[in-house]
Amino acid sequence: MSETELAENPNREKLNCGFEQIDPVFDDLMEEASALLSEQGVEDYLAGASLICMIGRGVEPVLSYLQDIPAMADHLGEEIVSLVSQTVWKFSRTINGKAIPVFLQTLPAVARRLGDIDALQSYFDIIFDMMDKTSVSIHGHHATIPSPSLSDLLEKMPYLISQLSLVNLKNWVDYGIRFYSTHPERQRDFFSLQSADSLAILQRERQGTLFYDHERKLNLYMQGLWDDDPQLVPYSLGFDELRKPVPYFDALGLRIPDVYDDTNDVSGIDRYRATLAHMAAHQRWTRPIIADNYSPFQRMAVEFVEDARVEYLAIQQYPGLRQLFIKLHPRPIEGACDPETQSCLRHRMAMLSLALLDPAHGYTDPDILEFVDRFHDAMANGESSTKNIAGIGLSYVARTRIQSDQLANIFFDDTEINYRDDNRHMWTFIEEGDEEESFDDNRQTQAEEEELKGLPPRHYPEWDYHSQSYRPDWVSVYEALHPSGKATDIDKLLDKHSAVLKRMKRVLELLKPQNYVRVRYQEEGSELDLDIAIRSLIDLKSGSQPDPRINMSHKHDGRDIAVMLLLDLSQSTNDIPQGATQTILELCQESVSLLSWSIEQLGDKFAIAGFHSNTRHDVKYHHIKGFSEHWDDEVKGRIAGMKSGYSTRMGAAMRHAAHYLEAQKADKKLLLVLTDGEPADIDVDDEQLLIQDTHKAVQELDQQGIYSYCITLDPNADDYVTDIFGNQHMVIDNVNKLPEKLPALFASLTK
Amino acid sequence: MNEEANTMTDTNQYLIKDEPFYQVQDDEVELYSAAYEARLPVMIKGPTGCGKSRFVEHMAWKLNRPLITVACNEDMTASDLVGRYLLDANGTRWLDGPLTVAARIGAICYLDEVVEARQDTTVVIHPLTDHRRVLPLDKKGELLEAHPDFQLVISYNPGYQSLMKELKQSTKQRFTAFEFDYPSAEVESSILQKETGINAELADKLVKVAGTARNLKGHGLDEGISTRLLTYAATLMDKGIAPKAACKMALVRPITDDADIRDTLDHAINTIFA
Repeated sequence: MSETELAENPNREKLNCGFEQIDPVFDDLMEEASALLSEQGVEDYLAGASLICMIGRGVEPVLSYLQDIPAMADHLGEEIVSLVSQTVWKFSRTINGKAIPVFLQTLPAVARRLGDIDALQSYFDIIFDMMDKTSVSIHGHHATIPSPSLSDLLEKMPYLISQLSLVNLKNWVDYGIRFYSTHPERQRDFFSLQSADSLAILQRERQGTLFYDHERKLNLYMQGLWDDDPQLVPYSLGFDELRKPVPYFDALGLRIPDVYDDTNDVSGIDRYRATLAHMAAHQRWTRPIIADNYSPFQRMAVEFVEDARVEYLAIQQYPGLRQLFIKLHPRPIEGACDPETQSCLRHRMAMLSLALLDPAHGYTDPDILEFVDRFHDAMANGESSTKNIAGIGLSYVARTRIQSDQLANIFFDDTEINYRDDNRHMWTFIEEGDEEESFDDNRQTQAEEEELKGLPPRHYPEWDYHSQSYRPDWVSVYEALHPSGKATDIDKLLDKHSAVLKRMKRVLELLKPQNYVRVRYQEEGSELDLDIAIRSLIDLKSGSQPDPRINMSHKHDGRDIAVMLLLDLSQSTNDIPQGATQTILELCQESVSLLSWSIEQLGDKFAIAGFHSNTRHDVKYHHIKGFSEHWDDEVKGRIAGMKSGYSTRMGAAMRHAAHYLEAQKADKKLLLVLTDGEPADIDVDDEQLLIQDTHKAVQELDQQGIYSYCITLDPNADDYVTDIFGNQHMVIDNVNKLPEKLPALFASLTK
Repeated sequence: MNEEANTMTDTNQYLIKDEPFYQVQDDEVELYSAAYEARLPVMIKGPTGCGKSRFVEHMAWKLNRPLITVACNEDMTASDLVGRYLLDANGTRWLDGPLTVAARIGAICYLDEVVEARQDTTVVIHPLTDHRRVLPLDKKGELLEAHPDFQLVISYNPGYQSLMKELKQSTKQRFTAFEFDYPSAEVESSILQKETGINAELADKLVKVAGTARNLKGHGLDEGISTRLLTYAATLMDKGIAPKAACKMALVRPITDDADIRDTLDHAINTIFA
């Protein structure tokens, strides 16, 4: 650093920073700064840079600041000049100073997405909040270990901010903090977008139209308008940053993005429809042609013209598609591409493509106009064909060909038509490519041969009352048949209760029941049966004995009810409650046997299942009786073999039971939950969490038309059971009465 | 006096004066005429609003026979068809039911949606539909011989009825049968034009909308949009309602409460009537 150089630019003195690396670029930086900033702004700018120079993180942050601030200030206003430097200063006072360089590097990309200085301020707040909550303090309240994941988060920030609004970003960050603040490795996985739930939450927070929310509508669209029932397979845009995947279709289905944002005032769902319409049109009208004789340019031209042809035909069917396609089609500007330095082929093709689609294209190029006419002439006589229309594309390339088409510098602006597929279906190749000798096919994975034992787990969400949102796919439920015991044990139990059975039988007889039927020939009834009344009157008039049974009434026939009994098989059921001689489990066996017997008498659809859990990764769901099984020795055996252990994650088990109940066809569906305690699991510290989740599950079931009812054996259940089931519960204090009470309860519930 | 009342039945009121418009689709007119020639009972099956009743009206007009139509329902009893005694000031009086009237005057008796009637009601038609061609009026103690021109026609929609509502084999096997479906696109379009006077372009588009909905049958729709609904839409358009609004009112809202299906059909209407 020489004295003369410093003297050259008077502003250099105002920048109180001695790094030599600044000097060679300083003049350029100042030139940009003075062009974009006011005088006061330049002052602040230099003061800010001096401040950042003092934080002791080397020259890198200073240079980032100097380079990026003027453009950002131009976009967001000059106040940010000092805001950023103050923030960086504040940042450097925390123990997370190491992340400052990456913070500054990603800032321009973030700022470009943000609308104003307030948004920038809230962005800073999110960062500081996250920093604060993930920095670990060991003794007292001073943070001593820096946040393990702050740099990861900041590195991902440009992508995140392009996908999420600030509010959603905050939700996503909060989620990560809440679940992983005590687990540094998982925290890093989350914030660097490596873990599955990180991506799942991101997907949920995303803006735009999600495929999963509209899958049925899109299927109906294909079914209704295109008379086609394809498999729609979504792919995610989140992973392939470099090569953006494009919609395509093959024998396995139509591949479409999992989310579409609204653009050009086209809603996401309409973008899906445009994409599907384009592909459906291809399926209907495109026939593959041989690719081998065409150069890549020629193939591209043929694809453009063929796309235009199928869209033309689709528009004949559904004229409204034209406006939709036009809105989504880029509008290349005539003359935007310089044929001296760039390859303009794509640009020319995109212009032709627009001109074929939109009569109001406004292009003046004589070649385009001529080929538009030729295209419409060809289409005037019916639907033409892929082969015929290819000729137009080929001669267009031949006519407009210029030397510079070979240049490597291809003009891409406004030439990508993102609702169209990649046209892989329209080519057949006679010869395979050079890479035909591949050695890696036919490699069988051994894993396939291993038969899966039991069913794969089903995943259920869990309600998090803190954030009032679901944790997606949080709980894994494994289902299996319950192991059997001796069926005769159950028969003995039933014998023991033969008195109860007798009493039950009477109650059940009354319950047996029927559809809405007309009962005629009643002396008393709800309505006069005119036919018979007149007949009686006629009899009376003609002097014979009239029939007095001239009324009719209506009554219900047919109980269309499906019942699922869900048993809590947690460890605590092995206890012997006060004043009893049997364990809760044994009492359960007795009462379930009685109940099953009674329901079998009534002929209702009935299933029994048991559950227990060992953390969210392992919820076991045991089938004891299926809806299609009868009350036979196999079922009795399973009841006799009931074993218990582990904890009570009730919400997931109820959701799983509900999914079986839902498949049943019945007017009324009833889920009976028999439990001896509150929902709990060893990986949950907050006892409210599972209570709230179970309550949510009850609400979900309600929406599915399933009535849930809880029978609890916990004498202290009053504290929580109303929070979960509302009034739909019964607390049984005297456990010994359970075997009698359960069937009676069932009878009264279903009367 | 009873006899007198019955003979006074005004046959003319059952005659169809003006030709009901019916678009012939196939050889159904010849087939029906032949069946009537031999007085064979006829059954017409088909989805709702596809023209079953219109066809029967048209044939009655063509053959110049009175037509007596009975809309069947679950609460209908045999006496509702055959007849019953009524009370009046000086005692009782027999009143013929529509089936009896038809058999007496030699009309075509058309039982619409016959499966809606309970099975024990439907059996009263049995003796009329085989070689006997008689109707026993047991309460009255009369065995009514059917008029030589009498014919029985029934219709039903096999689509939406539940398994419970099926005709008995013994009933089914007394009839010859037509299976109707919605007409082909061109025919349906011409029906709309003749029936309501809208132009060909709009009619074609309406038929296209109907096609969309018919594709969705079984995917959340029990029945597609019927020709009858299309004529409603066309009538609304004829009254000056904008096509999109007319379609939504006449075609979409009546047939579904399902939001996804409604959206899809609305979208179809928007792209077709763009």
